[in-house]
Amino acid sequence: MKQFITFIRKEFAHVLRDRKTLLILFGMPVVQILIFGFALTNEVKNARIMVMDLARDAATQQIIGKIEASRYFEIGAFASDRSDLEAAFKKGTARLAIVFPQGFNEQLQHLHRAQIEVIADASDPNYATTLTSYISSVVQDYQSEIAGPAQPPYQVVPQLRFLYNPQLKGAPNFVPGVMALVLMLVCVMMTAVSIVREKESGTMEVLLVAPFSPLVVIVSKAVPYLLLSLVNVITILLLSVFVLELPVKGSLLLLFAESTLFIITCLTLGIFISVKTSSQQVAMLISLMGMLLPTILFSGFMFPIENMPVPLQMISNIVPSKWYYNIVKAIMIKGLGFSSIWKETLILAGITLVLLVVSLKSFKIRLS
Amino acid sequence: MRTILFLLEKEFRQIFRNRSILALVLAMPLIQLVLLPLAANYEVKNINIAVIDNDHSSYSRKLISKITASGYFRLSGYNFSFKEALQLIESDQADLILEIPQGFERNLVRENRQQLFVAVNAINGTKANLGGVYLASVIKADNDDIRLDLMQQERFPAQPAIGIASSNWYNPLLNYQMYMVPGILAILVTMIGGFLTALNIVKEKEVGTIEQINVTPIRKHHFILGKLIPFWVLGNVVFTLGLLVARVLYDIIPLGSIFLLYGFIWVYLLAVLGFGLLVSTFCDSQQQAMFIMFFFIMIFILMGGLFTSVDSMPEWAKMLSRLNPVTYLIEVMRMVILKGSGIKDIAGRLGIILLFGVLLNALAVLNYKKTS
Repeated sequence: MKQFITFIRKEFAHVLRDRKTLLILFGMPVVQILIFGFALTNEVKNARIMVMDLARDAATQQIIGKIEASRYFEIGAFASDRSDLEAAFKKGTARLAIVFPQGFNEQLQHLHRAQIEVIADASDPNYATTLTSYISSVVQDYQSEIAGPAQPPYQVVPQLRFLYNPQLKGAPNFVPGVMALVLMLVCVMMTAVSIVREKESGTMEVLLVAPFSPLVVIVSKAVPYLLLSLVNVITILLLSVFVLELPVKGSLLLLFAESTLFIITCLTLGIFISVKTSSQQVAMLISLMGMLLPTILFSGFMFPIENMPVPLQMISNIVPSKWYYNIVKAIMIKGLGFSSIWKETLILAGITLVLLVVSLKSFKIRLS
Repeated sequence: MRTILFLLEKEFRQIFRNRSILALVLAMPLIQLVLLPLAANYEVKNINIAVIDNDHSSYSRKLISKITASGYFRLSGYNFSFKEALQLIESDQADLILEIPQGFERNLVRENRQQLFVAVNAINGTKANLGGVYLASVIKADNDDIRLDLMQQERFPAQPAIGIASSNWYNPLLNYQMYMVPGILAILVTMIGGFLTALNIVKEKEVGTIEQINVTPIRKHHFILGKLIPFWVLGNVVFTLGLLVARVLYDIIPLGSIFLLYGFIWVYLLAVLGFGLLVSTFCDSQQQAMFIMFFFIMIFILMGGLFTSVDSMPEWAKMLSRLNPVTYLIEVMRMVILKGSGIKDIAGRLGIILLFGVLLNALAVLNYKKTS
């Protein structure tokens, strides 16, 4: 036990000596949570659109006014010619164009029918769909306004209520996601590199011939990082509550317990990578290049996992951050208790156990 | 000139000697490019809906069958209490709850107006929004049917109707992969270029070989060029392989000029490699270099407009994304590949990237001088 503590002390000294790395480790989550918490949103806002008004009458002016007033759109330019539209799309200055034909108001008044053309830059398909549907609802609003009090009979009106996130902010989705992402990568990289580094510089041999079990060596390497990561969790939560105004609805204690479990999972994954690799570069390439995008995609905070092909859904099940994202979302945003996340907890614990056993086994083989 | 050639020979040898890294560097981006676009799918389908039908009338049943037949929704629960339906939402088994009130059909006929209650899990804004929009449109279509049914031969009062003819340019089938593949390729090329250069000089520092180079009469810019060119070539190889994957697997053939794409990538790689070099001149260990690169790459990726639109960001974030080279690459890739934009359309972006390149590399050379 005393040995163990001495070891942890040594590792702590190592970590604390490297001020630059320390600064990055503590600064990184702060900056990232702030930037992403405020900037990332799946909501559509201020989309640049273009108007080609060939009618220039009262009706088109009113519709344009309504579009301008909506926070979804920002009218970037008025076009007079169809070639302007194409040019704007190709330059990337407009995402959607609205064309009012000549005599729009007259047709509306006399024939009770008029047509608007909406052209979307569908290179981003969802953005195009969403913008088109928002434009239709603005036009619909206008239409029922001019129809006056004479509402159509037998109306079915859906009352929409947004649970958990009534203002449709980005933060409730992205804060748990970024937590899962940052913790995972930081933990994996830290342990992966620090063990391989000893191998590369030859100091590992020294440690291994010493009279204590390799388990002690490894665990004492992981402990400082566990503590560092818990500090990161606290920082992130403080920022989330006081700056992003996203309080923890459920039990804080439970959230800490689960975060500790997740951090241990990631540290073990780091150990696994470091056991399997022999140079820092390979360890880094695998833990960063190989894991950054998959972690973003398979956690489920960017893209719904149920949309993926079945084999990829299966892959997503072994990505620890997916389970942690679900856990944080459940505790923080939905305010649920342990009874609704026991399955996720068990899976994380299972992944940790498997990684640990495999790492220890491979580690012993290297010894002989 | 001869010095550079020798340096290049050395660097290339070093790269080719380490087969496992070379294989990793080529295979990893390719595997990701093959798999990840399939995962990055935001087509709205499979929205799970829980229905609470308190009415059990012919209208409520018709509405429910219309919802399930629309292709967007999947019934995950039927005839629950609201509390039970909420549990489905809590456990992520349902995204939406539709509650049809008791006496819906009777009251609609009597009172001319009835409400339906829809609760949406809004943690993820897009899904909530699109789900709500789709459900509303199904309800509206159903409403029109009911009206026809109830009014039979009666005529609708003449109401002004504004039709909307919508068309989708550049991607009429709304294929999401067309949009994601160029973006993901942009990220992969950036990561390869940035990481490898950042790690490279630091490694020489860590191992001590940089001292040996520093005592030789090699000029600073020779040294930097010697580091830059091999990774520039490697970046081009990865980019070319990526274009091939996009073509063979995803059927994405650039609409615009392929030379324009390469021209942009050539300049862009200079900028990214310059950034990697700059980072490596600041660091003393590979670990540090990697953490700094990780910090920036993550911001580059998430703020670059790959997954979420730059337009929707607040003003300060938009400015930040203008300082992000990845934003420009993602935009240009999508513009040239999907819309066929030409040199005139991207000239501004090309200029900015060129500026980045010159600036970052100059800083790297300057900063390298200081440390030696």
